[in-house]
Amino acid sequence: MAGERAAGLVRELHRAAGGHLPPFRAEGLRQALEEMRALYERNQADVSEAKSGRTDLIFLIRFRHCCLLRNQRCVVAYLYDRLLRIRALRWEYGSILPNAIQFHMSAEEVEWFNRYKKSLATYMRSVGGEEGLDLTQDIKPPKSLYIEVRCLKDYGEFEIDDGTTVLLKKNSQHFLPRWKCEQLIRQGVLEHVLL
Amino acid sequence: MSEAYFPVGPGLGPEENFLSLDDILMSQEKLPGRAESALPRLAFALGQGAGADSGDSIPEGSKLEIPLWLAKGLHDSKRRIISMELPKIYKEAWRTVFSADANVVDLHKMGPYYYGFGSQLLNFDNPENPEIAQTILQNAYNEDTSALVARLDELERALFRAGQKGLNDFQCWEKGQASQITASSLVQNYGKRKFTDMDG
Repeated sequence: MAGERAAGLVRELHRAAGGHLPPFRAEGLRQALEEMRALYERNQADVSEAKSGRTDLIFLIRFRHCCLLRNQRCVVAYLYDRLLRIRALRWEYGSILPNAIQFHMSAEEVEWFNRYKKSLATYMRSVGGEEGLDLTQDIKPPKSLYIEVRCLKDYGEFEIDDGTTVLLKKNSQHFLPRWKCEQLIRQGVLEHVLL
Repeated sequence: MSEAYFPVGPGLGPEENFLSLDDILMSQEKLPGRAESALPRLAFALGQGAGADSGDSIPEGSKLEIPLWLAKGLHDSKRRIISMELPKIYKEAWRTVFSADANVVDLHKMGPYYYGFGSQLLNFDNPENPEIAQTILQNAYNEDTSALVARLDELERALFRAGQKGLNDFQCWEKGQASQITASSLVQNYGKRKFTDMDG
C-alpha cells in the first residue's frame, strides 16, 4: 500500500517515548521520497492524457495525488518532530551533546542544532541587562544561593568561581554554588540533596 | 517524560493537526466502504483478490477497506467514487454497549484511536452522525479511569497521564521537592539505554 514506508517512519518515532531521539532513518526517508517521485512522474504523464480526453484516468490521478500528499505529510511530520526533540536536548543536556546522541542525528540536524544554540545564546545575551540572562538556569525556583550536592559518578576535577577546585568522586558531598551545579545535576552527575 | 519536549498534539473534533504524529497514526486505521463506480484495480494494491490481472477493474458496488487518509482524500460529497460506511463498533448496537461501564469494554482492542477516529468519521455525511458525536462526548468525559490502562484508547490514556502527572506534581510540591533540581529524565533514559546496548 502506498505510504507504508513513510508511515513506518512516523510509527517508529512515535514509539520512542519521552522525547528520546532514535537514529536518523536516511534509507527509509530516501525510499519514501523515491516513491513520491515515481507517483509524481506517473501523474504528470497521465494528466496530459486525461486532458486530451481519457477521463477514466482521473480517478487514478486523484488516488496518486492522495498518496503524494500522505507521503509528504508523514515525511514533514517526521522531520519536524525530530527537530522538536533535538531542541529539547539543548534545554536538558546543555550546549554540548554526547557523541552517542550526535550519532543519531543527520548532518543537517547537527547544523540545525548549532544554529539553534547560537540563536538561543544571542537571545539570552540580549535579555536582562549587560551580562545577559541564562534562561536554562533555575528551571525550578531557587531557594538558596548554595546547595548541597552528592556526587553520583566519578567526574573528576571541577573548578568554581573563586579558583578552588573540587574533586568529584562518587558519593562525595559538597556545598557548592547553585548556578555551577545545575548543569551537572541535570546530566545526572550530581544529585541535589535536600537538607 | 522529558520536560522540554513538546510534540504537536492531536487535533480537536473532526479536524486533524497536520504535523501531529498521533493524528497520522490514527488516520492509518482502516474503515469499510463501497466502490460507487468501477475503479481500476491497479490503484488498490491492497491485497484484495490476489491474482487479478492488471488492467482489471474492481466492479461497482464491491466492498473495500481503506485507510482513513485515503477515504478522506477520495470522498466527494457528490459520492461519485466511493462511499464509506460506519465501522461496526460505531454502529447502534455497540454504542449502547459503550454507554455501560468503562470496565466492560476493552477499547484498545477495538481500535487504539476510538475517539479520534470517531471524530474523523463525522467528516463523512452519515445520518447517524449526531448520535455518534453524543456517544463519543459522553465517554470521553467519563473520567472513570479503570485500573487497567491497557484497556483505554489513546485519548483516554493521554487524559489519564495528564491527570497522573498533575497528581504527582502536586505531591512533589507538598513534599517541598518543587525546588529540588532533578536530573533530566531524558538524560536518565539515555543512560539506561546505553547500558543495555553494551550488554547485548
